[in-house]
Amino acid sequence: MPATTVHIGAGAGFAGDRPGAAVAVAEALAVASRQGIPAFLIFEMLAERTLALAQLDRRRDPATGYSANLTGLVQPVLKLCLQHNIRIIGNFGAANPQAAAHHLRVLAQDLGFRDAKIAVVTGDDLSARLTPADLTARETDGALLKDRKDIVAANAYLGAQPIAQALEAGADIVVTGRVADPALVLGPLAHAFGWSWDDWDRLAAGTLVGHLLECGPQVSGGYFADPGCKDAPDLDRLGYPIAEVQADGKAVITKPAGSGGVVDLRTVKEQVLYEIHDPAAYLTPDVILDLTEVELAQQGPDRVRVTGARGHARPATLKATVCFEAGWFAEAEISYAGPNATARARLAIDIIRKRMAVLQPDLSIRADIIGVVSSFGDSAGHDLAAATTEADDLRVRFATRHTDADVAKLLLAEVEALYVAGPAGGGGVRRHLVPQLASASCLIERDLVSPSVELAP
Amino acid sequence: MSDIQLHRIAHARSGDKGNRLNIALICYRPEFFDIVAQQVTTERVAELFSSRKVGRVQRYELPKLWAFNFVLDHVLDGGVNASLGLDGHGKTLSFKLLTLPVSLPASLLQSLLTDQS
Repeated sequence: MPATTVHIGAGAGFAGDRPGAAVAVAEALAVASRQGIPAFLIFEMLAERTLALAQLDRRRDPATGYSANLTGLVQPVLKLCLQHNIRIIGNFGAANPQAAAHHLRVLAQDLGFRDAKIAVVTGDDLSARLTPADLTARETDGALLKDRKDIVAANAYLGAQPIAQALEAGADIVVTGRVADPALVLGPLAHAFGWSWDDWDRLAAGTLVGHLLECGPQVSGGYFADPGCKDAPDLDRLGYPIAEVQADGKAVITKPAGSGGVVDLRTVKEQVLYEIHDPAAYLTPDVILDLTEVELAQQGPDRVRVTGARGHARPATLKATVCFEAGWFAEAEISYAGPNATARARLAIDIIRKRMAVLQPDLSIRADIIGVVSSFGDSAGHDLAAATTEADDLRVRFATRHTDADVAKLLLAEVEALYVAGPAGGGGVRRHLVPQLASASCLIERDLVSPSVELAP
Repeated sequence: MSDIQLHRIAHARSGDKGNRLNIALICYRPEFFDIVAQQVTTERVAELFSSRKVGRVQRYELPKLWAFNFVLDHVLDGGVNASLGLDGHGKTLSFKLLTLPVSLPASLLQSLLTDQS
């Protein structure tokens, strides 16, 4: 029989999220589960490039390629979840969901759960199905992929259906690679409520709940505090969000009792619009979500009711992200402090620009003075040139990128040489050189993508 | 009318998709919605981000949330994969938008001061 209410929590909003944060959420979900309310815990751990980095790991070692943080984030709640029938859904499978499932199997066995059902969703990886030329023909902006030989990963964003299918097969844990982030929530909701895959308003409501939970605590007071203007208490023990969802799609966003953070109209509004383009048409694999009639109401402390999501028929195509190698990124910093620090920092930039103009005239170099203009500034340096701010404890930062590591390293050597050949009192040089991945977006016909669900051995 | 920073009457959050930035701008109170609608125009936002070679600026209105969504093309120096900047995602840029001056009628300004006393 379909459920009337479902509780679903978020244990992570990105790959580097806070270890142990999911424990309080799982404890609250366990209470619900004991009352017979279906309970789910999601882990969203794949940013755009995370999957390509995982693919590189897998090339080096075929047993890897899933989220490196799997143990750190899931292990602390695994026993509680398996004991209390809190079903886990996570995209921590990244480039190797089977290996992640194997790892989870070992973790579960170590805790004494020999027969945990672990399902694996695959089919997002397009690299065997589509050539670079196929992908180029489907690119949405520009032709970044034309003639590329260095594509690292090509993955379509799968929807919620294979996740729901895995849950119908009885999975305690569903491991996915690339799926649309809200699908991690829509899958369990559609499964528990028996929603039909063309019930656009309900799919939209579930997608909105997913959108609100997918970044973890960003809806419950994280990434929000602006002291004195809008405060969120006790962020050191921030409560990750829980949604209490009804069969008609109406939901309340809340968080574990006694945890830090806050759920109010302001925190929820900020997350409703997070990473949105046209609020009337947020495209997902399952539905087009219209946010324009969404209404929020504070129901009590840390409880916000969310209604009014509307849906339209799902798009004909699926989005895919294609990552390719993009050379080397070099970054170096040096500090200047005390009297006349700003002038010395500016002199350092002038020296480096003149040196590099001779050594590698075509290389574009960015320079920032952290403390004067950096985050807000432009790469051409107009904002920094115009700035009149004087400060006395500054850090000068240089960055460049090139396909050849040796060329990028020229900048690093020049910045280090400022120690003896630059302005007075420069100190604390730090330098690093890292390989870069870039990405392009494609739209892929649905019939070229076949999601598959299987129970892991 | 008195000039204040947008930061006094609204809060904001940035998100990125490639080389495109969105900034959700949310009024603290419904009575600020019209002021923002009139004064925080796409032209002024484009001007604020002009040094970053911003392309098209679009503004969507969400009156039920007392909010606006600004979408700025080409403002991220290529986006997180290509930018040479410290903040390739443009996460800090929500607070750049909040530096924009807006004029507030004396009555509303007075209530703002009362709020914060």
